[in-house]
Amino acid sequence: MPDNGAVGVKPASTTTNGAAAETRRQRMRMLISALGMLPVLLILCIGFNVLSEGRFFTGQNLGIVLQQAAVNTVLAAGMTFVILTGGIDLSVGSILAASAMAGLTLSKVPELGMLWLPAALLTGLGFGIVNGALIALLRLPPFIVTLGSLTAVRGLARLLGADTTVFNPSIPYAFIGNGSLTLVPGVASIPWLSVIALLVILVSWLVLRRTVLGVHIYAVGGNESAARLAGIKVWAVLIFVYGISGLFAGLGGAMQAARLYAANGLQLGQSYELDAITAVILGGTSFVGGIGSIWGTLVGALIIAVLSNGLILIGVSDIWQYVIKGLVIIGAVALDRYRLQGSART
Amino acid sequence: MNDPILEMRGVSKTFFGIKALRAVDLTVYPGEIHALMGENGAGKSTLMKILSGAYRPDPGGEIRIEGRPVRIEGPLGGRAAGISIIYQELSLAPNLSVAENIYLGREISRSGLLSRGAMREGVGPILKRLGADFLPSTLVAHLSMGQRQLVEIARALHARSKILIMDEPTTSLSAAESERLFALIRQLRAEGLAIIYISHRMDEVYALGDRVTVLRDGRLVGSLDKPEIRADTIVRLMVGRDVSSFYKKDHDPKAGRGHPVLAAIDMADGGRVKGCSLTVHAGEVVGLAGLIGAGRTELAHLIIGASSKTSGRLELEGRPVEIRTPGEALEAGIAYLTEDRKALGLFLDMSCLDNINLAVLGRDAKLGWFLDRDKARERADRAFAGLSIRAANVGVPAGGLSGGNQQKVLLSRLLAIAPKVLILDEPTRGVDVGAKSEIYSIIDNLAKAGTAILVISSDLPEIIGICDRVIVMRAGHIAGEVSRGPNSPLAQEDIMGLATGMEHLDA
Repeated sequence: MPDNGAVGVKPASTTTNGAAAETRRQRMRMLISALGMLPVLLILCIGFNVLSEGRFFTGQNLGIVLQQAAVNTVLAAGMTFVILTGGIDLSVGSILAASAMAGLTLSKVPELGMLWLPAALLTGLGFGIVNGALIALLRLPPFIVTLGSLTAVRGLARLLGADTTVFNPSIPYAFIGNGSLTLVPGVASIPWLSVIALLVILVSWLVLRRTVLGVHIYAVGGNESAARLAGIKVWAVLIFVYGISGLFAGLGGAMQAARLYAANGLQLGQSYELDAITAVILGGTSFVGGIGSIWGTLVGALIIAVLSNGLILIGVSDIWQYVIKGLVIIGAVALDRYRLQGSART
Repeated sequence: MNDPILEMRGVSKTFFGIKALRAVDLTVYPGEIHALMGENGAGKSTLMKILSGAYRPDPGGEIRIEGRPVRIEGPLGGRAAGISIIYQELSLAPNLSVAENIYLGREISRSGLLSRGAMREGVGPILKRLGADFLPSTLVAHLSMGQRQLVEIARALHARSKILIMDEPTTSLSAAESERLFALIRQLRAEGLAIIYISHRMDEVYALGDRVTVLRDGRLVGSLDKPEIRADTIVRLMVGRDVSSFYKKDHDPKAGRGHPVLAAIDMADGGRVKGCSLTVHAGEVVGLAGLIGAGRTELAHLIIGASSKTSGRLELEGRPVEIRTPGEALEAGIAYLTEDRKALGLFLDMSCLDNINLAVLGRDAKLGWFLDRDKARERADRAFAGLSIRAANVGVPAGGLSGGNQQKVLLSRLLAIAPKVLILDEPTRGVDVGAKSEIYSIIDNLAKAGTAILVISSDLPEIIGICDRVIVMRAGHIAGEVSRGPNSPLAQEDIMGLATGMEHLDA
């Protein structure tokens, strides 16, 4: 789980009861802090299973949850990079739509059809790098830049399909949208969408925790001026994180296109950025940057998917689903504040 | 002398079993400037926060104002008791006007509507009395630091405070602004206000203080009257031991005066640095002294490429180098320790391990990208042992460490690149006495090993104690250099003379 670099308060070896209780409390606190939102996820799963009389924990339903979580997990992974630097990317939903449109349009060109997947990814990457360049080189606020591209890229997405829905029932690589990877023939399989999401999480973890770039991302988010003075190329880090966010949004677009065999520039990916941001916050990543982990984001994305799925399972109306989801988000973050109170931060 | 305005008797404060203040007796008279000195952590700010009502003292002590016992409670308690504090970081709202700031929390309203006109008229006389050159309706954002200080003072006067506490008020002021502030403080003294003046700077204490009280480790260790105020006495009281053993300078400047390592020639930034040249040799510790605002930090920033220069060039070991960013400076072997550890140096949420390794991650990385965690761990362990950094382990966030240990973590980051030139900007600011002497001995050892070291410091005894020679800056220029004689130490008077432009201190 999140390797927070274990909060190192060594229990004093003393025999008095008070000190032992204090040590226990500290251990408890460390445990809670390391687990993050995982207990909330488990409680939600168990609760929905009880309320739905056992229909939640079935192989089929879990497959649906994982599949529903996949695209948001990918977007939220990119968003984690951005928020770790203290920024925000509001444009991921629009970039997702534009990438899907670009991919689907190319997939209908006879000779080049197979290239639709890289085309979608590159479209996303391109928009992301433009965001990053505006933020890093022109020093514009991330909120403003990505709010602008949220609107502008949405317009481009509509333009790409001449404001219609583009279909391609024979799109290459359709299996990634609807196929499953068989783990044990006839017994266990996992949707390709979920496999991709998991790979994205693993790659993100590798970059954030095992590379120089990862430390630089945390450093920029933790203290941008200090990072600059420490010789870190802050501009390059910023372009990278917005580029990655765009690339993952492009991947999300490809996943959606392969799943639906279609894309609509107006509707696809509407307000996806909000779900992605929610997943990151639920995962305990600090909004001011510098603190957080990709595993937390995975848990956050799963919480959102479980909530949607569970509320439908137990027959809560669409309208109340919104209310409950909103309250759970606020409650979860309140819980997070409480659990962070004990950690050392000066 | 007349009756005291403030008497504190046996005031203590305990935090979680740690005594921050031990039975302090402090008496302040109206019409006096009472300088309060002490190392960081000596208890000055605790004392201040008790007077402002932010902390409640331990039971047992007593505070009297004009002879009456008072209980100061809550953030407004101090002001209600007639005490105003002007903090180092001013507490003005820059988006509001001068009048609005002065009335903040006590706005005049008529039937629920803010009465800006009445507020502007209300502050007029006070601003006039203080000789302010701005209007009540001016936005605070448009004022200079000196003018903002004036607004703070106006706010205190407007609240009819009788005791004014100023915490290092000249930190962000230019020399001219400081002079104006001193004149104003003397005027307020003449009007009968009691002023508690907290400062680390001897020259200010000489110039202003009627009495000096020194705190150490939460205890009041001495009060000196005007004729007794002398630097060595104060330093001895503050440090609690003989100064000569406190500073460590074993390296031999003569033997060490090797080849020139860093030469900065005619550096200027078009603003606060105006054509400065200096040279630092291998194995030499050079002090860079001067008043706040003289441009010392700015010059350091120019050297390491943190700000862009309008003229000047650098030579490293005799060869010209072009340095445009701090990253290039590190690559060339020039390391800079910032004066603002928390804002510009450390990553408080990151582990000590990451903080220490940050500058060499790229060099150590496997395949150019992947962290070499064993190497990083080893380096951090070595730094912890070598600089005796005290923390539970290398994995704890740097923000949880004490000031001295934080400084050593930051220093370890710089030492990791094995710098040829080390520029230390206020290396012992906010560091306790024990860690201070450890840092001095680290500097001494580095000089012995042949590093060229430039120390920027506003702490004159420190500069005199550890440096081989001192370059003095004044108003963006190099004002001159003070060298150690064959048998004589660096003279504080010479340095202050150059820093202030030969004005005499009324010691």
